[in-house]
Amino acid sequence: MKKLLLSSALMGVMALPAMAQDYAPDPDATPGGTITVTYKDDVATLDPAIGYDWQNWSMIKSLFDGLMDYVPGTTELRPGLAESYEVSEDGTVFTFTLRSGVTFHNGREMTAEDVKYSLDRVTDPATQSPGAGFFASIAGFDAVTAGEAEGLSGVEVVDPLTLRITLSRPDATFLHVMALNFASVVPREAVEEFGADFGKNPVGTGAFSLGEWTIGQRLTFQRNEDYWRDGVPYLDGVTFEVGQEPIVALLRLQQGEVDVPGDGIPPAKFQEVMADPDQAARVVEGGQLHTGYITLNVAQAPFDQLPVREAVNMAINKERIVQIINGRAVPANQPLPPSMPGYTEGFEGFAYDPEAAKAKLAEAGMEDGFTTQLYVMNTDPNPRIAQAIQQDLKGIGVDVEIRSLAQANVIEAGGAGEAPMIWSGGMAWIADFPDPSNFYGPILGCAGTGDGGWNWSKFCNEEIDAMATEADSMMDPSDPARLEMWSQVYQNVMAEAPWVPVFNEQRYTMKSARMGGDDALYVDPVSIPVNYDYVYVTE
Amino acid sequence: MAGYLLRRIVQAVLILLGVSFITFVLLYVLPADPVRQIAGRSATQQTVENIRAQLGLDQPMLVQYGRYLAGLVQGDMGRSYLQKTEVSSLISARLPASLLLMAGGILCELAIGLTLGVIAAIWRGRPLDQGLMVTSFVAVSAPQFVVGLLLLYVFAVQLGWFPIGGYGTAAHLVLPAVTLGIMGSGWYSRMMRSSMIEVLRQDYIRTARAKGLTRGRILFRHALPNAILPIIAMIGIDIGIFMGGMVVVESVFGWPGIGQLAWQAIQRVDIPIIMGVTMVSATAIVLGNLLADIVTPLIDPRIKMR
Repeated sequence: MKKLLLSSALMGVMALPAMAQDYAPDPDATPGGTITVTYKDDVATLDPAIGYDWQNWSMIKSLFDGLMDYVPGTTELRPGLAESYEVSEDGTVFTFTLRSGVTFHNGREMTAEDVKYSLDRVTDPATQSPGAGFFASIAGFDAVTAGEAEGLSGVEVVDPLTLRITLSRPDATFLHVMALNFASVVPREAVEEFGADFGKNPVGTGAFSLGEWTIGQRLTFQRNEDYWRDGVPYLDGVTFEVGQEPIVALLRLQQGEVDVPGDGIPPAKFQEVMADPDQAARVVEGGQLHTGYITLNVAQAPFDQLPVREAVNMAINKERIVQIINGRAVPANQPLPPSMPGYTEGFEGFAYDPEAAKAKLAEAGMEDGFTTQLYVMNTDPNPRIAQAIQQDLKGIGVDVEIRSLAQANVIEAGGAGEAPMIWSGGMAWIADFPDPSNFYGPILGCAGTGDGGWNWSKFCNEEIDAMATEADSMMDPSDPARLEMWSQVYQNVMAEAPWVPVFNEQRYTMKSARMGGDDALYVDPVSIPVNYDYVYVTE
Repeated sequence: MAGYLLRRIVQAVLILLGVSFITFVLLYVLPADPVRQIAGRSATQQTVENIRAQLGLDQPMLVQYGRYLAGLVQGDMGRSYLQKTEVSSLISARLPASLLLMAGGILCELAIGLTLGVIAAIWRGRPLDQGLMVTSFVAVSAPQFVVGLLLLYVFAVQLGWFPIGGYGTAAHLVLPAVTLGIMGSGWYSRMMRSSMIEVLRQDYIRTARAKGLTRGRILFRHALPNAILPIIAMIGIDIGIFMGGMVVVESVFGWPGIGQLAWQAIQRVDIPIIMGVTMVSATAIVLGNLLADIVTPLIDPRIKMR
């Protein structure tokens, strides 16, 4: 039995706060105060089984907990509601020991039954969870999906504080999956009371509980006095105001009415803000697990020919595209973003070289160029980026017609395999969890090539697929051998050039002068824009 | 009168039925799959098919439409695909704000438009009249997004007279209502001007003047009530125009109305919400027109209800 004990025995005996093991609390932090965060769009739902946009993701994180969690501001796993866990030798049986004395916002104590109920619920087809697929490695998942079983046979309650999860295959990413919002623990009685409206009446174990919610206007979070992590949250509450244009939110921030504009700095105002030293000092910049790319449909001529795909890769001037978005990104040369484990340092990819691109086209017998279409989402700055791509390709004799459509229409055209080229902006892949496998399966693997799948290149290479499966069968997600293997997977993908990786977006979070806490909390890789549990106000 | 009303109501119902059918068909043929939006990008084919079956989206279009209609007559507009909340509760939470904004907008456009129209008519042909008419042309053509931001910047950010967007007090209403009203005020001032000029040429005005009535009395007692009649019919039509403008104005001022709800739903192909907002808006427009048709004959006995 390989034992991975995450909470050290000494700490356990001394009963120190759990966070002391992994996160040094800010000595200057002062409790109290309320902050105001704005968004343009309504909060769709706070049901952790349903919520899947970057806006409600961090909100749900503060209302609920799962068995696993991340060290604030990092991509490192730490135990959440699980105090410790053991993994069997073959990596298929996880035994979680839960913390005792954790209560839901309704006052009831959380037990292993609740964890089982929550996992059964999120995978139940009736729940219609967009995250159900993440749990596919749990034994019994297929039977539940097919409607042949009530709950997951692989999830067993051993005793009120012990839960055993059996996987049908080793899955290196399983602990990351258990840290997803979809794996949050919910109390059965509250779900049954509110039914489909649970998303408007969330009850969890998180650092905050929902106060009032006026649809279309605002909702408030209030501090959970009984939160099981001692000392946090610092804030008494968070007010989210919705329906606010980013430009109006910025004006209000400048007037001191808003603390964090959730949608960020509007592109048109970015340079103005950054040129003012006082405002620029309150902008925190960080990496983001995001890659913007152009997909080349390998199932369609002429992109079925490798030299043509290579030519397009060489023809795109990524530096210029980065300038179009005011430098809010770094040029990319591979599918993984630099802050993702498994990123290949020093990989060169395809350098910008229009002459070499023309030579490649000639190699494919297309020296006279060809005509094709580029699908793009119709919100700024995507059409402008598409025009830059159009000009670059014009330079090597390729005529591109731009199809600028609503998001859902581009996704449809991509899934159906109709689109020869798609610029991913506005729909781009942002990792669900910080693991290299997350950029492969649905978007570059054979599994995503079906009708409606997210592999818009329709790229399927059995050999690379086999290698990815092998990497994911290794038990420890951060095993260097595994990361090396993933690095190789993406290098092999780039050798086939189904994508033009264009850039990795940077994140810029602006905050009011009174906001305190580590900069890392403002560019937290999993909580966008801010990790609400650990930030504080100074006045 | 009763026969006339009944006929108009039957017509209104038929119009609403038509609107619902056309919208439904358009959403059905849209090249975007709502199930994909619900299922998310990591969904298996099985999950997608499960959801499609649960929502009845695997049924033929007419069956789906029939089901929708059957729900609608029972007051059930369905649940949002993505929020899972009942559409009726989402709309009813936002409808009061929209109605308030609309009322404020109508008040503003009438107050501004009628005043300017009367002034222009009295001094017609003079530089003041010409100036006002050019201004009204600008008002009609100005994009509401720009007007809204401009007002917000000057009166809320710079002068601090009004809050920077939001909802709740009368002060919150002023800027969005003015923004919404400015466009309409351009139309109304032109309408009012020509209507007033027309009335001022009438014989009864000349008679009144010959009787030696004061200028004010002629204008306000004799000319205005007659000149304003065609304007009333226009307010009903206005509701339809406002529905479009409200999406923009609500978005600029963070006004929690149904325009924003519709806009967000369209982005995500949340069909029940799109249908719901369309039906509520169509009902408002139809009711507005109906009301105008009923009120006009009451004010002006020359117009008969037939």
